[in-house]
Amino acid sequence: MDFNLTKEQKDIQKAAREFAQGEFDPDVALDLEKKGHHPFQSRKKACELGFIGMHVPERYGGQGLGLLENAIVAEEFCCQHSGVGIALSLSDFGSEMILRFGNDVQREKYLRSIIEGEATSSLAYLEKDQGGNFTSFKSTAKRNGTTYLVNGKKLFVFNGTLSGPMIVLCRLSSNTRPGESIALIVEKGADGIVSSSIGGSVGMRMVPMSELTFTNLTVSHEGLIGNEGQGLTLLMKSLNEMNIKAAAMGTGIAQGSFNLALTYAKQREQFGRKIGSFEAIRDKLADMATRIEIARMLTYKAAWSFDRNILNNTANYMAKMISSETALEVARDSLHIFGGYGYIVESKIEQFYRDASMVNIIGTPERIDKGLIADQVIGKI
Amino acid sequence: MDFHLSKKQRAIRDISRKFAGEVVAPRAEEIERTGEHPYDIVAQMAELGMMGIPFPKKYGGSAGDWVGLHLCIEELSRADILLGIILDASSSIVAQEVFLFGTEEQKQRWLIPLAQGKELGAYGLTEPEAGSDSAGLRTTAVLKGDEWIINGSKQFITNTNLDNASIVIITAKTQRDLDGKTVISTFVVPKDAPGFKVGQKYEKMGMRAGATHELFFDDCRVPREFLLGDINKGFAQHLTVLQTGRITVGAIATGIAQACFDEAIAFTRDRLQGTQSLFEYQRIPFNLADIAMRVELSRTMYLKAAWLKDQGEKHTLEAHFAKLYSSETATKITSEVLKILSPYGYLDEYPISRYFRQAKLFEIIEGTSEMQRLVIARELM
Repeated sequence: MDFNLTKEQKDIQKAAREFAQGEFDPDVALDLEKKGHHPFQSRKKACELGFIGMHVPERYGGQGLGLLENAIVAEEFCCQHSGVGIALSLSDFGSEMILRFGNDVQREKYLRSIIEGEATSSLAYLEKDQGGNFTSFKSTAKRNGTTYLVNGKKLFVFNGTLSGPMIVLCRLSSNTRPGESIALIVEKGADGIVSSSIGGSVGMRMVPMSELTFTNLTVSHEGLIGNEGQGLTLLMKSLNEMNIKAAAMGTGIAQGSFNLALTYAKQREQFGRKIGSFEAIRDKLADMATRIEIARMLTYKAAWSFDRNILNNTANYMAKMISSETALEVARDSLHIFGGYGYIVESKIEQFYRDASMVNIIGTPERIDKGLIADQVIGKI
Repeated sequence: MDFHLSKKQRAIRDISRKFAGEVVAPRAEEIERTGEHPYDIVAQMAELGMMGIPFPKKYGGSAGDWVGLHLCIEELSRADILLGIILDASSSIVAQEVFLFGTEEQKQRWLIPLAQGKELGAYGLTEPEAGSDSAGLRTTAVLKGDEWIINGSKQFITNTNLDNASIVIITAKTQRDLDGKTVISTFVVPKDAPGFKVGQKYEKMGMRAGATHELFFDDCRVPREFLLGDINKGFAQHLTVLQTGRITVGAIATGIAQACFDEAIAFTRDRLQGTQSLFEYQRIPFNLADIAMRVELSRTMYLKAAWLKDQGEKHTLEAHFAKLYSSETATKITSEVLKILSPYGYLDEYPISRYFRQAKLFEIIEGTSEMQRLVIARELM
């Protein structure tokens, strides 16, 4: 056992922290948040410094490091500012599918542009009226010679209105393998894609989110990831990986909220004392710090296992579940420590609370996480 | 024991429910989005007699009771908490303080228009340095000739800067001549008092249409007879009316919790109807069972507190139980229901996204949860 980060990991952590502290100006961020604008400038700088795509091999423009390094960066970014941190961390959302399961041509074509900040990736898998089952998408892909014709509607497409590749999950409607799933890479903004605004959301407002309608969208067979029929399997595997990054983001959001609350508790005086000296507040801070540490440890363990090809999906789900819950609870308690001021936008803590609530929609939804953990721990009955 | 509502109470609840469903609910999203005060809805509430339910007819009221007012507040808040908050400040607190402690002339002058709903009252207690520590206030009032000269500021004051918001009741320190002791007194400040200024409207996480402002008193002058109640007993007076405010927050939080449940049950019914057995899918149905139980417990608690108040009995514990339990419950329920509706619920078009941003308020206003526990613990010991 060794709980220390390596020297390199510590350096990355420090560099990410210092970059975020220097770059994520809280007032600029507040303005972006209000307008629902994407932090293009910060993303560009983060890309220039190599913070995006750490886990991607060097030949595709990455740093050739692991998911743990990637997670550490996401954690530091979200800690400094949940809104900017989430937007930057999700700028390569879904690109795992290309990295892990795409072919060399696809990797070469798309990954570098994302890492260099020219593009952002999207993953279009959620649809309306899927009920509790996010795998029951209805969009169709019909094979037509060397192309596919895609029709359907996708909701919650992160970065949907920015340029770059988008992976679309569909059902085959061809005669050979009807109903089987397929993952296709599409260029965002292509003919046949109409984007409409989702009209705002609780949090994650710096991530452009849209509803996309595909009408006879033509996709070359070169855009096929893996084989026909593999779409869902590859999606699930990629979401498992995203769970770890989501867990890191949740840990960062929790830590960032905690830091704000701690500073406030040490400054704010009531009844002639700093409120941080009251037992009720001290206990709250102690509980929060404990929960953050649990989330971080499980997240690091999941990332560490992933980097060593240790099959430990349970750790992924557990990390994601604990971390998204912790983010929400700690952000709520942090806002609470601010009292009335916490409810005011200017205090900047309310954004952490709103953003924290949405961590659980990145990767697999909690209900899937829980079911899969149960499958693993219970086994056959 | 008798848990039945009286005929009049039932009528109030039914009318309020109908009005909330037909008039308020269809407007709630727009009110939150635009942040505009719904003058027309408040005018209709006034016509229906909702603003003065517990006050005698001779003072413009409806000669009902506190149980009736709170039933009305729960139903309105189920559609939009803003109306609950307006009633909280104007009726539960300001009108009651004038009713209990005002002179006949003051009642004629201020209570009647408040109870009739022609005017709204605001309650100014919180200051930058006096949040939970409400005795630590800095605002001062000095009697000079026939006028009180008020200096200081108040923050987070709702029902201000509206066309129909006519008065704010504030607490201020008054220097007594006899032994030089400082005491807190209560004053009525009309919106047009010289030296009284309203600051910027706060941008809040939720309840954005709540007219919440900072207030400034710069050598603000009000006539001598605008002192409300006994100069020695300002603090005791405000504790009395704030106790009712706690019951009111209990009713508002119950309303929003009920609204969350309504969303969750409709969503779940749509998806589980006829297809799946409860022996297979228990997570969400059991969660709904818990939510329904907690909503009913919240309701029962505020009703008991209001009933005790109507009986003229002590209800300190009950009022604080109601506020503490229902506000913490409401916040938790909003995140649980967000999860049930995930990912759709995060979109602004789903009411639950609004409830999530709004509900946290109730753990803060009218005394934070810590202050509720403090009072309860003190009372128990």
